[in-house]
Amino acid sequence: MIRELHAFPGGLPLAHYMEWTCGEESLLQPLPARIVLPLQQHIGLPATPIVNMGDKVLKGQKIAAASGYVSVSIHASTSGTVTDIGDHPAPHPAGITARCIVIEPDGEDHWYDIRPVDEYTTVDPRRLQEVIRDCGISGLGGAGFPAHVKINEGVENAVDTLIINGVECEPYITCDDRLIQEKASYVVAGTRMIGHAVQAKHRVIAVESDMPAAYAALARLVGDDIELVQVPARYPAGGEKQLIQVITGKEVPCGGLAIHIGILVQNVATAAAVYRAVTRGEPVVSRYVTVAGAVPRPRNLQVLLGTPVTDCLRTCGYEPQPGERIILGGPMMGQHLRSTDVPITKTSNCILVQQEPEPAVELPCIRCGNCATACPIRLLPQQLYLDTRAGNYDAARQHHLFDCIECGCCSYVCPSHIPLVQYYRHAKSHISAEERRRDGADHARSRFEARNDRLRADASAETQRESAGNTASANSEYVRAAVERTLARRQARDAGPDGETGSHD
Amino acid sequence: MTEPMVISSPHRHVGITVRGVMVRVAAALAPGILVYLWIFGPGVLIQCVLAMATAVATEALILRWRGRPIRTALGDGSVIVTGLLLALCLSPLTPWWVTLMATVFAVALGKHAFGGLGQNLFNPAMAGFVFVLLCFPAPMNKWPAVPAAGAPAPGLMNSLGVIFVPKAEAVDAVSGASALNHMKSRLGLMEMVSEIRSDPVYGNFGGRGWEWIAMAWLAGGVALLVLGVIRWHIPAAFIAGMTCVSGITWLMNADVYAAPVFHLATPGAMLGAFFIATDPVTAATSDRGRLAYGVLIGILAGLLRIWGIYPDGIAFAVLIGNACAPVIDRYTQPRVLGVAG
Ligand code: SF4
Ligand code: SF4
Repeated sequence: MIRELHAFPGGLPLAHYMEWTCGEESLLQPLPARIVLPLQQHIGLPATPIVNMGDKVLKGQKIAAASGYVSVSIHASTSGTVTDIGDHPAPHPAGITARCIVIEPDGEDHWYDIRPVDEYTTVDPRRLQEVIRDCGISGLGGAGFPAHVKINEGVENAVDTLIINGVECEPYITCDDRLIQEKASYVVAGTRMIGHAVQAKHRVIAVESDMPAAYAALARLVGDDIELVQVPARYPAGGEKQLIQVITGKEVPCGGLAIHIGILVQNVATAAAVYRAVTRGEPVVSRYVTVAGAVPRPRNLQVLLGTPVTDCLRTCGYEPQPGERIILGGPMMGQHLRSTDVPITKTSNCILVQQEPEPAVELPCIRCGNCATACPIRLLPQQLYLDTRAGNYDAARQHHLFDCIECGCCSYVCPSHIPLVQYYRHAKSHISAEERRRDGADHARSRFEARNDRLRADASAETQRESAGNTASANSEYVRAAVERTLARRQARDAGPDGETGSHD
Repeated sequence: MTEPMVISSPHRHVGITVRGVMVRVAAALAPGILVYLWIFGPGVLIQCVLAMATAVATEALILRWRGRPIRTALGDGSVIVTGLLLALCLSPLTPWWVTLMATVFAVALGKHAFGGLGQNLFNPAMAGFVFVLLCFPAPMNKWPAVPAAGAPAPGLMNSLGVIFVPKAEAVDAVSGASALNHMKSRLGLMEMVSEIRSDPVYGNFGGRGWEWIAMAWLAGGVALLVLGVIRWHIPAAFIAGMTCVSGITWLMNADVYAAPVFHLATPGAMLGAFFIATDPVTAATSDRGRLAYGVLIGILAGLLRIWGIYPDGIAFAVLIGNACAPVIDRYTQPRVLGVAG
């Protein structure tokens, strides 16, 4: 069956620069001198450490447990000794440092005693979810939404279509492409497992039309149970909402989740991680990272989580030079790194080195509407800009500030060089902080937290703006709130199927 | 503690600047200016230089007075385009002081009184044009006569003389009426369109000579479309609106109403559709909004031409359209993704 594809509004036809890295086999990044694992590498609450300083840990051993529903565990990515649990520079949205567990590798890379699930098709889907959560799987595509939360939503709601997203989100990034080419069987098997866990009616693996090798690798393995789809290359086709629209023609309701229209999206790397988790009991300890841009030997690397960015750059022959900008992520949504000492985390898909651009003068908005034409959410970026610049946050909300996915299309095309996304991020974090303060008013404990948050927000307002690298992280509070609202609503309701989320095709 | 430098994504830019846009607009005007020059002599160039220089000087003075950085604001080139468009709306015979006043009004009151680039409600060039049209109607209605076939266009000294030393005889020697003026006044004398059109001042579609300028503006406009500087919605809607009004009246009575093609083949219509109504600052912003905005201006311009007291109504139509743009924007907001519509 050939699926009819749809277009999403706006977007940009960006050059991809994939050819640099997509054809070469990935390298194993050597063991670093020090592993730094942030407790928060996902959307939601940070994990809670369950080891102490001085403990010996083994590769794959759980060292921090998920705290609450929207959270995932963290595992040691190699064997060694825990030398510190404290604040270290990290690519974390709330500041330049974040709580991390530091491991000094012993060089043995000994595995912990991990156990597979025997036969996934006979296992209760709930058990599968637990495995997924226990193995620390959060969306590996860049957003870092805990996989089990989405899958749980999928178990509780009828899933019509499971989409496995192999569409690279941004130019230069080829880590998913490479992963598919090298581990196609993992991806396909993982797709079947998630499909089983949520009992999806349709399973789709989507790749971009300029990923022929990946497509061919998957085409050899998929059967009638999985549709393989090539979507036209247009930024941001790899965004969840956009991909859903391209594949199903449906729009994710504003303020809602994909599952509300019977769709579950997971990244290909997540699918591969699920395969590993289920068949070997292996948690997420490494990931594919693309090193691209102005480096001598651009390449994809398989990197142990917690490895410093510096090490990855060095593997590709790069030594820091003045006048260059190092970005964690892609050119459109990536986060500018002030220091390359930060570790690779579950959501780090790319390290990009580029020339420091000529500083552009920001001019007033000339209302050209380029931004609105490019916006894939059909927002009015120029209006949001006026609202947020004036500090008129209520108006900004009414103009759907929180539906902005921070894709950067608007800033990219603005002839006045207004850093629009920066204004939106600032406004979002401001509003979220405000909201947490308000919500916490009844509760002594929440109040205490809110105060901390506020202090932190005040102290790091600037750094927050700067380092809120990807959409999801700046959005995280909002998403968390949305999920929790959904859960609360569901609890308050009968367990019976409901019209809104049921799948009618 | 020093404030950390904020570097936010995206880390790429398509590479367009406001200045780049303005340079392209100016370049797209070049073919029309050349045709103008060829038919009517250097008067048009003198007007352009005069208006651009006045515009830059006015803006520099105002910026200085407002304590704003002069270089960045002038560097964006928008004030030069304002001057250029204004000059191209004026007759090449316009006395220098009229051009000067129009430009000062356009920049000072049309643009900076609202706060400068991007803030103005009305198209500055049109504001300046209407200002002098209302205040000094007499010199504004002198248009150059199209030289008879084979005769040369007026020379430089002649043009300079007309503009800077307004002696009545000199002006009369070269002045005539634009095709629109001509049509309007002869219609007022109860002549029929077919009779009027047989006059040698008319060409194949519109005024002889004038129609070529219109073509050149059209060509420049298409170039802007191809370059992606403007989008098709406003020009297409403008032309549709004007065709509609003139078409209906023409079908009702072809004897007293000129055909749509006559209206479209005027320089004013093409300049208006592609260069003036498309000024982003004062137009509606969404695609649907721009269609409505373009149609509105096209219809108004058509109506004003047919029934207004001035031969051409495009400037008024654009200003009315400007005033309506915020309302249009309000009712044509695109439906946000995922919002039930
Ligand atoms: S692209 Fe820039 S100048 Fe154009 S409307 Fe949007 S914010 Fe204004
Ligand atoms: S960053 Fe937000 S406002 Fe800008 S184009 Fe993307 S979704 Fe639209």
